[in-house]
Amino acid sequence: MSAALLSELAGALAAGGVRVVDLSQTLSSRFPQIVLPPEFDQCAPFRVEEISRYDERGPGWYWNNLSFGEHTGTHFDAPVHWISGRDLPNNTTDTMPPASFIAPACVIDCSAESARDADFLLTAEHLRAWENRHGKVPAGAWVLMRSDWSKRSDPVAYQNFDETGQHTPGPDARAVRFLVEERDVLGFGTETIGTDAGQAAQFRPPYPCHTFMHGAGRYGLQCLANLDLLPPTGAVLIAAPLKILRGSGSPVRALALATD
Amino acid sequence: MTPALIKPKPRNPVSALRLPTLPPPARSRSALRLTAAAAEGRLELQHCADCGTVQYPSRSACVTCLSHRLEWRETNGAGELISGTVLHHSNELYYRERVPLRLGTVRLDAGPALLVHLQGDCAAAPSRVRVSAHLDKSGQAVLIALPAEDTANMADDPMLREMTSDPKFRKVLVTDGKPAVGQAVAMAMVEAGADIVWVGVAEPWKQAPGFDALTKLKQIEIVPLDVTDEKSVEELAGVIGGKVDILINTAEFHRTHTVVDRGTETARAEMEVNYLGLLRLAQAFGPAMRVRAAEGSAPATAWVNLLSIHALSALPSHGTFSATKAAAFALSQNLRAEMRHAGIRVVNVFPGPIDDEWNQLVPPPKLAPVALAEAIVAALRDGIEDVYPGDVAQDIVTRFRESAKVLERELWDQ
Repeated sequence: MSAALLSELAGALAAGGVRVVDLSQTLSSRFPQIVLPPEFDQCAPFRVEEISRYDERGPGWYWNNLSFGEHTGTHFDAPVHWISGRDLPNNTTDTMPPASFIAPACVIDCSAESARDADFLLTAEHLRAWENRHGKVPAGAWVLMRSDWSKRSDPVAYQNFDETGQHTPGPDARAVRFLVEERDVLGFGTETIGTDAGQAAQFRPPYPCHTFMHGAGRYGLQCLANLDLLPPTGAVLIAAPLKILRGSGSPVRALALATD
Repeated sequence: MTPALIKPKPRNPVSALRLPTLPPPARSRSALRLTAAAAEGRLELQHCADCGTVQYPSRSACVTCLSHRLEWRETNGAGELISGTVLHHSNELYYRERVPLRLGTVRLDAGPALLVHLQGDCAAAPSRVRVSAHLDKSGQAVLIALPAEDTANMADDPMLREMTSDPKFRKVLVTDGKPAVGQAVAMAMVEAGADIVWVGVAEPWKQAPGFDALTKLKQIEIVPLDVTDEKSVEELAGVIGGKVDILINTAEFHRTHTVVDRGTETARAEMEVNYLGLLRLAQAFGPAMRVRAAEGSAPATAWVNLLSIHALSALPSHGTFSATKAAAFALSQNLRAEMRHAGIRVVNVFPGPIDDEWNQLVPPPKLAPVALAEAIVAALRDGIEDVYPGDVAQDIVTRFRESAKVLERELWDQ
């Protein structure tokens, strides 16, 4: 591989031939965090508290203390996050191979279906239909489910809870198994608050995307944004979790490189 | 008869703000016992255990028999007004702004003569009156005589209103209106005649039964407020901080977690709401309330904290929760000390177990949220500082005062 390749990329980035698309939500206390039933311990929400702001607490500088759970904002799920992936090698944020943080992305547009049905489930049939139009999902690629959920700026609409729980789109069990077993993907990403659908606690098995993806050492990305700015194929996704010792995940600044 | 309070006009924005002043706060150690009783709404005077003399003001020996065996006991305030006067001049800044003032001397049926404020409806001497002890703006006990029978609008008397925080026509912030307690408190404020009740809502995506009905009342205004989020607290204070007359902190996080149950997440979440939440509110809302404590037409007047009777003595089965409430109690005492310079009343409420979903396995009696809300309204109306609502709280505070150590042991298995 020649060094010219990287120079060419740098040139294309500078000239605008390669776009950088920000796939991240802004980290703020306004952005909702995952909610578990109250008998379980909860993920701490993202919080920022001022240390000083050019005032008596520090006259010349502004900075903040942050607190948050590993799974807040646009974030990465490592295999160790789920019990099915707990004994795998290199399953934590500090041991996952860095090469896997940069990978091609396939974007499955489910925005129309999700607008019609908040409980829309992506099936293996949908994936095959997508492949008929855009080609086979390559091994080692991210598969990103575009639902336009990230455009719901009202946290109530984004969470979409009623008395039966959360209603957000996601993959069904067969779709996940198809991607893992027949396509050898790197991971699955969504715009919603989990890689699984809102009602996935009722599925068999519960939370199939977490169960099968992480059980096979694959990754998850959630709370992604701007997937509508990506082509179905050809984009390169850059998502590197913080190098937390034995971390189960981390907020990320997810970026995509795309050509016009 | 006292004229009925009319809804105060908004302050003239170009006139100077009346700054808080206080009546003389100094009291002897002995006289602070009068304050201690008044803080809970009781009139207590010194009774001689040897000869039965009831005396006032407090002294270190009996005025009749010189015995030092003096006991503070609740005393019937019924008596006769034997003389009255109207004060037209004072060198105290606080009184200069409030003259003319009716003062009088009352001979209690129990014996002693007391120097008292006179509620405006008291008939001229000689007449029958009832004396009660109230905390004044400096947080110290003073005595006020009320007519023998209630009169219409009695509570609207200017001096009585100085000593109390009736929600009528006031603007109230209830910091968490979603749970049953917050809903009940917000509703009670509306029923007590509050002008506006801002109801804080955190995590708006969580639905609470009954909450929608509350939002439909015209006095209720839902506002975003998450006491775990510094920005959220500051942003709300930026909008309504200069308007809140009464702040009622109902925000509470309660899980059944013992000290040896694994993990610190629950304890941390409890601390974030129950302790740090109060601290954030105090920093964001306290300064503006202090400045407005003497605003002519509609001053800021009170701050209410929902604590727990287990702030006094911990309940091991709710171990981390008790600890956060003890921390909040300590913080609230400090807040009271800081708010006193403006005369803002800090009311601490110490309920026993509340009849809600986090006390499912606690056997009755449990305090209904509505009863808790009523106790808060009553405390504001009566100018009470420490409230122990319900049978369990009353029982525990009594035992706590008898022997904190005995109570500690008895709470082990509850």
